[in-house]
Amino acid sequence: MWRWLHPYAKGEASYRLLGKMLPWFSVLAVIGVVVGVGWGLAFAPPDYQQGDSYRIIFIHVPAALYSMGSFTGMAIVALIALVWQIRTAEWSINAIAPVGAVMTAISLFTGAVWGKPMWGTWWEWDARLTSQLILLFLYIGVIALYHAFEDKRTGAKAAAILSLVGVVNVPIIHYSVYWWNTLHQTSTITKFAKPSMPMSMATPLYIALFGFAMLTAALICWRLRNEILKQELHRPWVQQELLGDNAAQTEGQ
Amino acid sequence: MAFESWHDFIAMGGYGFYVWLSFAGTFFALAGLMIHTMLVRKNLRKLCAQEAARQQRLARRKQQRSSKA
Amino acid sequence: MNNASTWQLLKTVMLRDAKVALRKRSDILNPLVFLLIVVSLFPLAVGPGPDILGRIAAGVIWVAALLSALLGSERLFRDDYLDGSLEQLLLVPAPLSALALAKVAVHWLFAGLPLVILSPVLALLLKLPFEGWGTLALSLLLGTPILSALTAIGAALTVSLGRGGALVSLLILPLFIPLLIFATAAVEAALLGMPVSGQLAWLAALMVLTVTLSPLAIAASIRVSVN
Repeated sequence: MWRWLHPYAKGEASYRLLGKMLPWFSVLAVIGVVVGVGWGLAFAPPDYQQGDSYRIIFIHVPAALYSMGSFTGMAIVALIALVWQIRTAEWSINAIAPVGAVMTAISLFTGAVWGKPMWGTWWEWDARLTSQLILLFLYIGVIALYHAFEDKRTGAKAAAILSLVGVVNVPIIHYSVYWWNTLHQTSTITKFAKPSMPMSMATPLYIALFGFAMLTAALICWRLRNEILKQELHRPWVQQELLGDNAAQTEGQ
Repeated sequence: MAFESWHDFIAMGGYGFYVWLSFAGTFFALAGLMIHTMLVRKNLRKLCAQEAARQQRLARRKQQRSSKA
Repeated sequence: MNNASTWQLLKTVMLRDAKVALRKRSDILNPLVFLLIVVSLFPLAVGPGPDILGRIAAGVIWVAALLSALLGSERLFRDDYLDGSLEQLLLVPAPLSALALAKVAVHWLFAGLPLVILSPVLALLLKLPFEGWGTLALSLLLGTPILSALTAIGAALTVSLGRGGALVSLLILPLFIPLLIFATAAVEAALLGMPVSGQLAWLAALMVLTVTLSPLAIAASIRVSVN
């Protein structure tokens, strides 16, 4: 397996592989998001308690799920980067972090907007919203640390350590915030009774979840491709890729 | 179809503002990320062209120097 | 390599750090004075009535403690990095994480322990009811090692950057949140006359976890920063 995997530690091979995967992810993402969200918006029945406002769920839940998923993924590549010193893994950290941060921001924003009609306020110190906010801070920390270093290799390693420290802390933060919230429970929050979703609502949600997964994957692929090009800018294959064949010809002279 | 008409669809049972606000926010966030990614790629092409020109200049100068000598 | 010599090395590192810290007294005193000033700003800002002050006292003291811990974080590795002794530390024939833990312990001795000792004064200034004093001191005793260990991670990550100050707070403050929650909850429970052992047990658990795991992160960060 290692022999098979090893070429992808090099920039060009991973760039080509990502290039092959990107169109698939993109097409599936467009189909999944359009079908899932469109179905959820127009065809799923309204909720008996929340009316039509619950339709925010079709973006809120996928964004929240992949904000956490991206952080886990980032921590896994961080571990790979630190243990095996694989450069593609180092670059992946900087490719994943902005995507995860945007997903976190989306889940926060939609959560706040959903909170307004349901809880009566834009911001409630609800356990989940609060821990999402902290997750956003952690993402910003990783991105800021990476960009603070002149030498990107050092920056990537520092960011890798921080994302590992973060991933150990995320569950602790989550449960402590949860516990804090039940302690400080305010009367304004009406906990939704959570009946199991009927199929007519769950199916579009699953499709939207799939679509967002593909969307996240496509965005990460796309940004990782950029990252590879940026790091190997002086290599001939990058010039050929970015400037087309004429550059390669002049170099051949 | 959960809605009778386009008007009902836009109104979202009175929650139209919130639903469409959150969808617009999501759309702009994702669009911003994609535009940023595209701009990075464009910028990389510029940098790459500069780098290629520099390498060419260096090569030419080397050639001149060797032809003089 | 036997155990005795590792201990010897750790002791040397700790003694050296303590000597350096004692020579630069202002580095120890400034965060403490900062803490006192921040705490005394609050009565001016929210009014001196005991009802409101007493209610927010634990939170204010803890937030001020977090900020002053960040303020003192540079002292951990900056000078050692600049004069090259951090590089020497990598060559010491002892596990780097153990050495890091030794440095954190000394840092706690001069940054965390004074906070615990100072806590009655802070409680007095903020009119914290007397029932909360013991719990506040205990929460600080259990919590300040976490502060020292986590700030050490941030300091080690940013030591090679010229201007790490604001960045360290960005990286580390979110990680303080569980600590803040459990510490203030303990004092609040004490004020209500409820048992505090649960919250303090949580704090102790967090402390043990942080103190065992963070040296690994600190050592890795030093390796990244120094090379």
